[in-house]
Amino acid sequence: MMEWLFEPLQYSFMWRGLLAVFLMGSVCAVVGTFVVLRGMAFFGDALAHTILPGVAIGYLVSGGQTSGLFWWALGAALLSSLGIGAISRSGRIKEDTAIGIVFAGMFALGITLISTVRSYSVDLTHFLFGDVLGVRDRDLWLSGIFGALVLIAVLGFYKEFLTLSFDPVLATTLRLPVGLLNYFLMVLMALAIVISLQTVGVALMVAMLITPAATAYLLTPRLPRMIGVAALIACLSGAIGLYLSYYLGIASGGAIVLVTTLIFLLVWVSQGSWRQVRHQKEVGANHGQS
Amino acid sequence: MSESKSVTFQDELKRTKHWIIHRHPHEADSPLLVLDQVSLWYDGNPALQDISFELQSGEQLAVVGPNGAGKSTLMKIIAGVLKPTQGVVHVYGHAPDGHICIAYVPQRSAVDWNFPVTVRDVVMMGRVGKIGFFRRPSRKDWDMVKHALEAVGIQELEHRPIYALSGGQQQRMFLARALAQEAELILMDEPLSGLDLPAQEELLALMPTLQHRGAALLFALHDLNLARQHFPKILLLNRQMIALGDPQVVLQPRYLLRAYGGQLQIVQGEQEWFGLTDTCCDHGED
Repeated sequence: MMEWLFEPLQYSFMWRGLLAVFLMGSVCAVVGTFVVLRGMAFFGDALAHTILPGVAIGYLVSGGQTSGLFWWALGAALLSSLGIGAISRSGRIKEDTAIGIVFAGMFALGITLISTVRSYSVDLTHFLFGDVLGVRDRDLWLSGIFGALVLIAVLGFYKEFLTLSFDPVLATTLRLPVGLLNYFLMVLMALAIVISLQTVGVALMVAMLITPAATAYLLTPRLPRMIGVAALIACLSGAIGLYLSYYLGIASGGAIVLVTTLIFLLVWVSQGSWRQVRHQKEVGANHGQS
Repeated sequence: MSESKSVTFQDELKRTKHWIIHRHPHEADSPLLVLDQVSLWYDGNPALQDISFELQSGEQLAVVGPNGAGKSTLMKIIAGVLKPTQGVVHVYGHAPDGHICIAYVPQRSAVDWNFPVTVRDVVMMGRVGKIGFFRRPSRKDWDMVKHALEAVGIQELEHRPIYALSGGQQQRMFLARALAQEAELILMDEPLSGLDLPAQEELLALMPTLQHRGAALLFALHDLNLARQHFPKILLLNRQMIALGDPQVVLQPRYLLRAYGGQLQIVQGEQEWFGLTDTCCDHGED
């Protein structure tokens, strides 16, 4: 059993992969908690997809090098979140429509750009689904620094984010800078997504943002603990997924997301959440009649 | 009214998003609250028209009117969350959006009761404006939270998750939050809706406590009898001010008919008029 656990660790790519999933797991879970509570899952999914053209441009201008991808991806994510904000802010287009337009447009641009490269399908697959065993030291350093920044920011603005998420009207009457805090949260999401780029890829990113946080939401009634539990679930899923990928020879990104989905389903069924939902509906129906 | 004045609700919300924190001082010689000819249009339709009144510290005013009368809108304008299309709102001599002394207690149906926080966490949110960025709540902040919970009589519930509260406890928690905020003007939006009679009475019994603390109160409600029994002053509202003043003056058939129209049946009793209003749809407020 122990041998089974330690044998893969003789390879340095496995070490780096583990470090990468732990980083990705904790950062995504912390940011993802607010994504879940504020109902921004669709925005998170879209934002993850919109970094593809950034990655593609970085890839093309550097002639296949992956060193500058981090910055290009970050730039694309920030540009997209500002674009979505601008379109929905102009008033006539609803926010989810604006998200859909920017999301699909940017993703299409990314695919088109990558298709100009000869090794099209291989490269595209890496970006879409991640390549955690290909993580290099430099990527880890960048992810580590930005991950730490994200965690410090969430900790520093914890009570403001909490207040804004629970009661935006209260946040306004307390004269918190609501618009600024909203954009700041988007920037933190963009950072979390770029950090996770190599680990799970853009297509499955949203799972790391929302599934561990949603699982933790079912398990605990207090926010600080929810954040901790979400990070724990994300790291555990990352490690298990990585080992599964190593032994079964399956795609690491897919394996990690499958594990975290499985954990969610186990918690959901064991808690009888499906029964609670029915109960709440009944209560709601009675309430409506009174 | 003219098209240029028409503003959608979403536009209003967007325009009032706060980018920087700016706070106004309290002018000592100005009344707590002054509304002068306040109007708000959504898409060219008037949601509120020509509302003017004053409120002094410690005053308690019931805002009564049918569903869709604009009670919520009026409160959000006073809270500085919505900006009026026309007219002026002053709190202690300045626009409300520079004050942190105004507490808005939301309708219960507008709250996510599954949000993972405890009663204490919610009451502490009232302190967030004063604590400042990057700071944790101090001992003094926790003491204020504790005292606020005691003042509304739910100190034993401080560690309870909010999904496990009864309707009356939910309202008292928000009142405690307003106290922890050290609010001088408390706006309660239909706090009685959906509460059973004992819970309604318990909440109304807390109103004198607020008065002792010097806080002014705006209390939106449906029930004309409760308004008459518990409030010295009533504002009868249906998009416009129908009447304002003493309950005996305001709750007269001619005003009530103007406010409620077909929703009200007037019955003449031996000594006074009775109004029967349609209060079926508590959660459909504007």
